[in-house]
Amino acid sequence: MRHSRLAAAVLFACLLALVLLPWFAEKYYIQLFTKMMIMAIFAMSLDLLVGYTGLVSLGHAAFFGLAGYVLAFAAPQYQAANLWLSLPLAMAVSGLLALAIGVLVLRTSGIYFIMVTLAFAQMVFFVFHDTKIAGGADGIYVYAKPVAAIAGWEPFSLENHTHFYFVVLVLLVLVYALLRMLLASLFGRVIVGIRVNEQRMRSLGYRTFRYKLVCFVLSGALAGMAGYFAAAQFGFVSPDILGWHQSGSVLMMVILGGMGTLNGAILGAFAMMLLELGFQGLPVVGGVDIGKHWQLLMGGFIVFVVLLLPHGLLGLGRLASRLLRKPAEAGDG
Amino acid sequence: MVEAVLRTERLTKHFGGLAAVNDISLEFFTDQIHAVIGPNGAGKTTLTSLLSGDLLPTSGRIVLDGEDIAGLSADRVSQRGVGRSYQKTNIFLPFTVFENCRLAAQSRLKSSMRFTRPALRYDDVSREALRALAEVSLEHRAQELAATLSHGEQRQLEIAMTLATRPRILLLDEPLAGMGSEESARMVALLQRLKQAHAMLLVEHDMDAVFALADRLTVMVNGSVLESGAPEQIRASAAVQEAYLGTEELHQ
Ligand SMILES: Nc1ncnc2c1ncn2[C@@H]1O[C@H](COP(=O)(O)OP(=O)(O)O)[C@@H](O)[C@H]1O
Ligand SMILES: [Mg+2]
Repeated sequence: MRHSRLAAAVLFACLLALVLLPWFAEKYYIQLFTKMMIMAIFAMSLDLLVGYTGLVSLGHAAFFGLAGYVLAFAAPQYQAANLWLSLPLAMAVSGLLALAIGVLVLRTSGIYFIMVTLAFAQMVFFVFHDTKIAGGADGIYVYAKPVAAIAGWEPFSLENHTHFYFVVLVLLVLVYALLRMLLASLFGRVIVGIRVNEQRMRSLGYRTFRYKLVCFVLSGALAGMAGYFAAAQFGFVSPDILGWHQSGSVLMMVILGGMGTLNGAILGAFAMMLLELGFQGLPVVGGVDIGKHWQLLMGGFIVFVVLLLPHGLLGLGRLASRLLRKPAEAGDG
Repeated sequence: MVEAVLRTERLTKHFGGLAAVNDISLEFFTDQIHAVIGPNGAGKTTLTSLLSGDLLPTSGRIVLDGEDIAGLSADRVSQRGVGRSYQKTNIFLPFTVFENCRLAAQSRLKSSMRFTRPALRYDDVSREALRALAEVSLEHRAQELAATLSHGEQRQLEIAMTLATRPRILLLDEPLAGMGSEESARMVALLQRLKQAHAMLLVEHDMDAVFALADRLTVMVNGSVLESGAPEQIRASAAVQEAYLGTEELHQ
């Protein structure tokens, strides 16, 4: 009880900080935090699979990247796409890809599932890499950000970095709330049951395949939402956006923050991107450019977290709150 | 004549060259407990798994309400009213006792593709879960994690989960294994009560319980039926004495 109240307070404080940030931060940081929130949505979509349903996907970037390409196609040359049409379209296309891939891969489990998700994502990668449909390996520009016009009226403009920031913040909160609702629903109970003991769920009468498939499609569509905004913000889409590097990176965020909590996925996304910047900014010491080798440091840090904190960075928070409470409770009694 | 709710016809399961279940034809009636006994490795668990859809038979038929269900997956078999418990406790250890039963009860809703209303607000489901817990006298542990229960309590929980799916046919694989004598006595009384409205396959090693409960008794050895009939008849059988009961009594 007390733990959850504390967690809610921390969560609210973080939200408040995010809401206030644009009034205090420079453009660079506003854009940085926009990017982090986009990755947080991406990480939450994966957490639904990995942390809740127990499906470790190593091909999640395919859905993220495909939505980015959909935006690029919807905004040919210098013509801006309409947000209200292209966003649902991008999410639907990613969801459909997830449906097609899911029907095949969800018949496997464990290590085989990891391998086939990776294989399918690589197929998607090579479709964009080796054909000329969208600039091949060179990628394609999204010159104009989507416009949010409804019958001539524009409630906000994504060309404005502060507007962009708030749109992404609102979506982050919405996706979080949506997933919380989902996890508390009948559907949510079923997918968590599947993670814990799928065989038992089947023998209780659940057609587990269907639930996993719906979960996979939903997760793909949400990854698509993140990919759409990533492409819109960056203004450029290349095959890297759907490569295995990207898939591995988002999986790392989920593991780093703590699986199966949503909060951990957000924390992981923020932490990993901040760490990346922090490590990159390290100075040259004794002729060694430490910053240039940031990936080595990042790898080391992740190994450190995984070994010492089985519940990720979020586990650290829990540990701290328990330590803080101990003396207080002694005082109470 | 009363029709059997469930029957097997020449049911066979091979694991490679091993016939774990060999040409078995049995019948199950409502209001009756059909006990299956036999030494370890006789094929009792395999038989149970064939009936529950956890394993696919190599050959033979499983007839439920006049329809062949051999080849249906476990979830379909469950939805047709066949509930099973496992010899090796098979529950959701990280969940509360209540949630274990609630999930079981939830499976009887038409669909769980419901995404908005909180699961805990389905009062009928929660009530059904509590009813099942009350059957095995575990209500007082409802909010504990299943992992923290004693072995005997976990066995009881598993029975409660099976009951929460409202089966017409119960397949119980050694439900008394690992239970204390008090828990055992309570479980025997429960099975006696459940007999009224259910057909039941009871695989059990506890001979006192078997003879107290069984209306029919089948002895399996090496995948085949050695003898099948009324309990008194089995007790009197020389073949059974030799192959099974005799050795069992020697151990005691
Ligand atoms: N999945 C399996 N694969 C191969 N052999 C199995 C499998 N399950 C059971 N067996 C074998 O089938 C025989 C019957 O096992 P089982 O049905 O568990 O017997 P019981 O429940 O009567 O002790 C045993 O010899 C066992 O080793
Ligand atoms: Mg057995």
